[in-house]
Amino acid sequence: MINRREALSRVAIIMGGTILGADAFASGIRISTTNIALTKMDIAFLNEVAETILPKTKTPGAKEANVGAFMQIMVNDCYETKDQAIFMEGIKKLDEASKKMNGKSFMLSTPAQRTSLLVALDKEAKEYQKTKKWEEPKHYFSMMKELTLTGFFSSEVGATKALRHVAVPGKFIGSYPYKKGDKAWATS
Amino acid sequence: MAGQQYDAIVVGSGISGGWAAKELTEKGLKVLMLERGRNIEHIKDYVNANKESWDFPHHGGRTQQMIQDYPVLKRDYPLNETNLDFWCVDKDHPYVETKRFDWFRGYHVGGRSLMWGRQSYRWSDLDFEANAKDGYGVDWPVRYKEIAPWYDYVEKFAGISGNRDGIDVLPDGQFLPPMDLTCVEKDVAARLQKIYNGSRHLIIGRTANITVPHGGRPGCQFRNKCWLGCPFGGYFSTQSSTLPAAMATGKLTLRPFSIVTEIKYDKDKKRATGVMVLDAETNKTIEYSAKIIFVNASTLNSTWLLMNSATDVWEGGLGSSSDALGKNLMDHHLGIGAGGVVEGYEDQYTFGRRANGFYIPRYRNVGDDKRDYVRGFGYQGGGTRQGWQHEVAEFSIGGQFKDAMTEPGVWTLGMGGFGEMLPDPTNKVTLDKNVKDKWGLNVLNIDCELKDNELKMRKDIIADAQEMLEKAGVKNVSARDGDGTPGRGIHEMGTARMGRDPKTSVLNGNNQVWDAPNVFVTDGAFMTSASCVNPSLTYMAFTARAAEFAVNELKKRNL
Repeated sequence: MINRREALSRVAIIMGGTILGADAFASGIRISTTNIALTKMDIAFLNEVAETILPKTKTPGAKEANVGAFMQIMVNDCYETKDQAIFMEGIKKLDEASKKMNGKSFMLSTPAQRTSLLVALDKEAKEYQKTKKWEEPKHYFSMMKELTLTGFFSSEVGATKALRHVAVPGKFIGSYPYKKGDKAWATS
Repeated sequence: MAGQQYDAIVVGSGISGGWAAKELTEKGLKVLMLERGRNIEHIKDYVNANKESWDFPHHGGRTQQMIQDYPVLKRDYPLNETNLDFWCVDKDHPYVETKRFDWFRGYHVGGRSLMWGRQSYRWSDLDFEANAKDGYGVDWPVRYKEIAPWYDYVEKFAGISGNRDGIDVLPDGQFLPPMDLTCVEKDVAARLQKIYNGSRHLIIGRTANITVPHGGRPGCQFRNKCWLGCPFGGYFSTQSSTLPAAMATGKLTLRPFSIVTEIKYDKDKKRATGVMVLDAETNKTIEYSAKIIFVNASTLNSTWLLMNSATDVWEGGLGSSSDALGKNLMDHHLGIGAGGVVEGYEDQYTFGRRANGFYIPRYRNVGDDKRDYVRGFGYQGGGTRQGWQHEVAEFSIGGQFKDAMTEPGVWTLGMGGFGEMLPDPTNKVTLDKNVKDKWGLNVLNIDCELKDNELKMRKDIIADAQEMLEKAGVKNVSARDGDGTPGRGIHEMGTARMGRDPKTSVLNGNNQVWDAPNVFVTDGAFMTSASCVNPSLTYMAFTARAAEFAVNELKKRNL
């Protein structure tokens, strides 16, 4: 963050991103929230989805950061009811898509099968994103991917092992040598 | 219930209240500082200051419960779980919006000095003379020459880092060493200098973060966690700076949970005699008396307090003998700008997290430049290298995708405008007769909007940002066009302006209420116009000046 407001505008300008909840005032939607019921199986399933999106390489993957549990907390506390429903339904849909494509459930699929499924779902979600109306909910896979990325890279494992983090830098250097392969800082 | 007698009462403990308490106690006065909210002790009560993203259940996000409880704060970036305790709970503190006004408030000791943006700029005579020259509002009774030594004084104590840039419209100050511009910011700065023949400057932000140890504070550690409260005293706040100085005199009494509901007024002596306090926890009322009163409750609450005082003499409250009380509400309009990609510099990165950005001072309607609107704007921005949030075109998921994301992306540079809002009497606050808060106090009704001059200026803010970035070689420049809802600047100013004539202003040039010379209003309420620079440093300077004046007047037995 460079300063309090510019941080926000830069995210919007450069990333073309949206900030969770930022549209609540504009839309005027009455917000309600319900507790979703995720089983241990569901969390294990989501951890495998997350691990397929961000697998262990030379650095740890999403499962090691327990991103599945993070997804549960976020969907429970931060999602609107209608988005919670899409997400919950998405767990089933993803497994159905797995059966259709690979002839078996996601959990029983090989890493290669999981990858090809999620590549296809990512494509499907991006296509959907292009045509959906502003007020319509996101594709369930977009939700899962977004939660995986934010959950992992802001986790201790993701921030300190996959990325770089210095808790107390003590100084700021505006031109600091970089060579290809050096990790990004976890936060700016 | 009768309370004690003090030499001075300071209503509010934010940036200006803290300064008032420091100055008055250091000059030997016995001071009572009243704060409507809870106490927050320096360091000890910064409960999240050393937390990392993963220490928060939602990694710093906002929950649906928070969105329900904070119908105002949710409208912009401040609502998140990392420093929620530093913002007032909106549902407990209602106000009426005749037109939408985003009012972000901090009701606790230190007020918004704990969460402020820390950008600290001096005004110049371009600002102090603006009203007199173009005819909007009334003339400031003060010029730069009179306030310059007070800027010196407060900068030296607060600790402002910055570069001496030698720019007329943005006078240099007593700076601690500046922070570093990034390599791409330096690149764009040099290009702008050349393209605009030295008439436009990109400089490092001037900020109340101390870049070297200062006043017993270790200093900024470049963690960029200012908003959580800084255990290193890295930035100026009441807690880190003015409160310990005031406490050290042994003459300050700080009373939290004290809602000041009324300034008591003696109509025969034409002086305030004290204040009424409603204890926010017990609902008991207490009267405190003092020789002088500093009103620093934050712009709109200070005006609210005046409106609720001396109503037996003036129906509209203390200061309403003029036509100015509650009128000419201003903010800075923002939410617009542009950004893009800076090519190259692949072998460069940054180290540390700079809680600061660059600044482009005002250049419109300066010198020979004439626009179809009056006044002007500045930009704040940053040029940084993308972290993991960058696009990876080749891969959508998987190991290569992950490894690509864990490397930094391209350099980007973006900036947003801060535009001056004109004083306009139809932008106003009034006491709402129908809505009360949980203490039974009538709340404010805010009726404020951007007018023609601001809307014209906003077109320039976007067009200029795009043009400058494109000319400077920034690629894929895209504009951001927000709605500029007033309040979002969190720079509420005006509604009890100073002036030269008691008929058209609430305060004189020494921040004294014309109708009660022992009452001083030195927070944003006194502002006669808004400039386009961040206002807090100016509140500090006027507060210190008013405190000296007040003590001298007391000594001369004029108050």
